[in-house]
Amino acid sequence: MLEVRQQYSFYGILLYIAATVFVLFLVIDEPEGNIWNGLFWVIQLFICINAVAKSFLQESRGRMLYFYSISSPVHFVLAKLLFNSVLMLLMSLISLLLFFALLGNPVQKIPAFTGLVLLGGWSLSMVFTFLAAIAAKAQQNAAIMAILGFPIIVPQLMLLMKITNAAFNPDLIILWNDIALLVALDILVALLSVILFPFLWRD
Amino acid sequence: MYKTWWKFLCIILLVYALVAGLLIKVPNLPILGETSRNLFYHVGMWSAMMVLFICSLVHSIRYLRTMNLKYDIAAKNYATVGIFFGLLGYATGAIWASYTWADPNNPAFQSFSAVAREPKLIGTAVALLIYFAYLILRDSINDLDKRARVSAVYNIFAFAMLFPTIFIVPRLLPSLHPGQEGNPALNFKDVSPQMRMVEYPAFIGWALLGVWIATLKIRINLLKEKSLLKK
Repeated sequence: MLEVRQQYSFYGILLYIAATVFVLFLVIDEPEGNIWNGLFWVIQLFICINAVAKSFLQESRGRMLYFYSISSPVHFVLAKLLFNSVLMLLMSLISLLLFFALLGNPVQKIPAFTGLVLLGGWSLSMVFTFLAAIAAKAQQNAAIMAILGFPIIVPQLMLLMKITNAAFNPDLIILWNDIALLVALDILVALLSVILFPFLWRD
Repeated sequence: MYKTWWKFLCIILLVYALVAGLLIKVPNLPILGETSRNLFYHVGMWSAMMVLFICSLVHSIRYLRTMNLKYDIAAKNYATVGIFFGLLGYATGAIWASYTWADPNNPAFQSFSAVAREPKLIGTAVALLIYFAYLILRDSINDLDKRARVSAVYNIFAFAMLFPTIFIVPRLLPSLHPGQEGNPALNFKDVSPQMRMVEYPAFIGWALLGVWIATLKIRINLLKEKSLLKK
């Protein structure tokens, strides 16, 4: 896909991450595990909205028409999902590094936490990719995106916070059940977007 | 839509639920006392809400299959009536909770913010937010067909994501709400057989009432949009 060419938006998101984490660094120093975790996921959420929303909202009408003529809707949405997943995985890693560097490191199980962050970034990007596709069809895009997205993302975020809390406490073990549930949700989202996207596509 | 037998059934069931719900003997548990009669009304609201949201989902799917605007109007009206029942459910729940959980005048109870972390409250808050978002999404698109299509897609997607909420969230949080392990004094697991005799007819009655209101609204809207639909 052509997104790789739009580098300015990529650097824009990078700067966004750096700026928000830096603001947090100025406001609070070395928060406790719980707060650290909560802040981290909220920042992830906003990064995701900013990074992924671009993918559909930026496309001009002419370019959508061009995509329409060269590919089928299923391929198009799969490509978008894939690209956004990769983008979000990268962003998650970067924000994790920045958090470690600036806000201290209360995490006890670093490899497990990193894995969970990647998984969480992936789930967020999947859900918001599809929502961006819906929001792109409505006016006042950015606001609609938040309204549509937040209630839907709440269960996943709660699940993520619960799992990742275990990474802060050596006594708690991370449950495979919960992780399997997250992966199942992601697959559900992917399936739904493949089924429903063709309906959004015709215009 | 125009058959009448289920409307009579609805009236009979609701009259039965009202009369029997107030007259039968309920087990007099500590704290709970007579408030457990709320089961017939409060929980009935939620059953009606879920039924209406499911109807809305079905009509959205039918819209996407047929592209007939009639189904879009139906889906919208089921959703609004569902929201209305959801709000009523909150209201009845709040009345009940003021006797059992969080009376602001009684220092022995927990504060409101502690109670508001209740998983069932969160679950329904998410459900209501999703359907408010659905209505806002509808309003933000001007073109009729596009609006119907986009909002139907959102409705299906949101409903599919709503069910995980209802299944997952209660497992994540400790709960005080009846119907879950938690406060043993409030355990509804042993709903007495007499109460069950009223409970299920009451649920069906409320759900039928909800559907009835929704079909009336749909018929009014169909008449209003008649000129559009004819084309």
